[in-house]
Amino acid sequence: MIPIRKIQAGVMLLASAAVITACGSKEVDDLPPPATGTAGANQGPVGNMIRPGSQQDFINSVGMGNDRIFFDTDRYNIDSADQVTLQTQAQWLARNQGAQITIEGHADERGTRDYNLALGERRANSAKNYLVSLGVSPARVRTVSFGKERPQALGSDAQAWAQNRRAVTVIVN
Amino acid sequence: MSIRPVKIFALSCAAFMLPAASFAQSDDDGGEPELIEVDIENSVRSVAIPNFVAPTPADTPAGNTAILGQQVAQIIASNLSGSGLFKTIGPSGVRAINMGEVTAPQYPYWQGRNADQLIQGFVRANGDGKLTIGCYLYDVNFGSETARNGFVVEPRDWRRAAHKCADSIYSKITGEAPFFDSRIAYIAETGPKDARVKRLAIMDSDGANHRFITNGQSTALTPRFSPNYRSILYLSYKDGNPRIYVYDVDSGKQRLITENRNPTFAPRWSPDGRTILYSMAVGGNTDVYKISINGGTAVRLTNTPGIDVGGSFSPDGSKIVFESDRSGGQQLYVMNADGSGQRRISFGGGRYATPEWSPRGDLIAFTRMGGGFRVGVMRPDGGAMRLLTNSWQDEAPTWAPNGRVIQFFRTQRNSGKTGIWQVDLTGRNERKLPTPVSGSDPAWGPIRP
Repeated sequence: MIPIRKIQAGVMLLASAAVITACGSKEVDDLPPPATGTAGANQGPVGNMIRPGSQQDFINSVGMGNDRIFFDTDRYNIDSADQVTLQTQAQWLARNQGAQITIEGHADERGTRDYNLALGERRANSAKNYLVSLGVSPARVRTVSFGKERPQALGSDAQAWAQNRRAVTVIVN
Repeated sequence: MSIRPVKIFALSCAAFMLPAASFAQSDDDGGEPELIEVDIENSVRSVAIPNFVAPTPADTPAGNTAILGQQVAQIIASNLSGSGLFKTIGPSGVRAINMGEVTAPQYPYWQGRNADQLIQGFVRANGDGKLTIGCYLYDVNFGSETARNGFVVEPRDWRRAAHKCADSIYSKITGEAPFFDSRIAYIAETGPKDARVKRLAIMDSDGANHRFITNGQSTALTPRFSPNYRSILYLSYKDGNPRIYVYDVDSGKQRLITENRNPTFAPRWSPDGRTILYSMAVGGNTDVYKISINGGTAVRLTNTPGIDVGGSFSPDGSKIVFESDRSGGQQLYVMNADGSGQRRISFGGGRYATPEWSPRGDLIAFTRMGGGFRVGVMRPDGGAMRLLTNSWQDEAPTWAPNGRVIQFFRTQRNSGKTGIWQVDLTGRNERKLPTPVSGSDPAWGPIRP
């Protein structure tokens, strides 16, 4: 039996191919990777085993929700709650020296597009700098800003915006 | 039956012109930027437009000239009424005219229809495969001809001839520079809010001749047409990082503007198309840079801690307006094109972002944040600030080639659905542009030659 996820991926691939074909040859052949909020989908459990150093291992170790820190409006400082979260992440990274990470910086929808790209980059760098101060090698840390392009919460209210002003640590190998 | 010689304006490179008749072209382009108050004429003129005549109906690659005559009249009516400055009568519901009438209007009939102005014309298939579209403007009350223009075009460019006709009439009556014969690059949006598919797309200023450029596999943002329409600067996540590419419209090829591992965004062209302005984040600190379109060494123009981003050249290329949060929140600053003389120009309440210098030089459009997002304009010295829109989130103004109309995108609360809107400098005549799917980040190009 084919796993459901694979079927979905196959359908999406077909749909994408149809779009490419339908829209003519002049379109830019821009292949993946698409912008995704969370990478590492292929690093999940193998059977019942969780591979050490994987995204799943990271989440299990640091605890659900501790893959990310949150920011106040227009701010990028690391507050005491963020420090606790990042310290937990740094401990895992110390135990898994082979792991490389990407820190994704995000902003809420209440900023203009270009500024939010810059703000997301600033937030991702804040998280990176704090991890580096805890002994994580900067060579292991990549940052990427998604500005306001990939909200986690979909509403247009204070609660949703607070969830979206975030820097998320993702294991990439 | 005879037609007097028509001033011919060819759209192809092999332009040929007969001696000009009475038509006077506005000379605003290229002059010194004027620091003037907004003086858009607000009175609405009543203009009648019967279907253009096909003296000898003929089939062409663009369709039969009789049908083209109806379509040309519809486009002209749609352009003029869409500007908000004209109330159009016809082409449906008014009498059909014959070829003789094109140069000899039945003024009493049009007076009876309460028309102040009358636009008539014809579509003719030439022996060489091209089309000639004649375009005449009459003052109904004075019973006199005001302007005439002829456009010789390839059949595929028939819509451009209609836009050129509408432009010539718009300019003649309002005294403003033309803007209908122009194109727009923007981002077409589909899909849910947290996984939006964003594709680079281009279209004519009225939404026609729409084409998707990218296929949506990578997020595309913030396009800008080059002054000659041959290239488009835009941001893509193609390699996983936000970076600026320059896309060649004819070949479909693209390249990075700078070989650099840092994220680059907020691209803009200099007015001569030779320089690219962009923003780059290094270690979380964003500054404004410029680089030649031919590559070479980038020049860093700002160096304050914080976010210096965006930027737009003045039409003479001597100055740049950009945004910076160096004073706390986002505000607008003007500097010389070499980065010297940076000074803040926005001092109203709230934050100011996405400055765009008008092609006329007299105003800077911006997004103001405070409560909601609103689009407004101010003089380059920061004076005479006015807000033009009032919705939940209006963002990223872009100027019509004549500096009298602004497009922006409007986002709906919660759903995040976007649309491209247009407003004139009076803040009136606000309307949504027709796009096949949702749209954002509009970028209006110059008037086409």
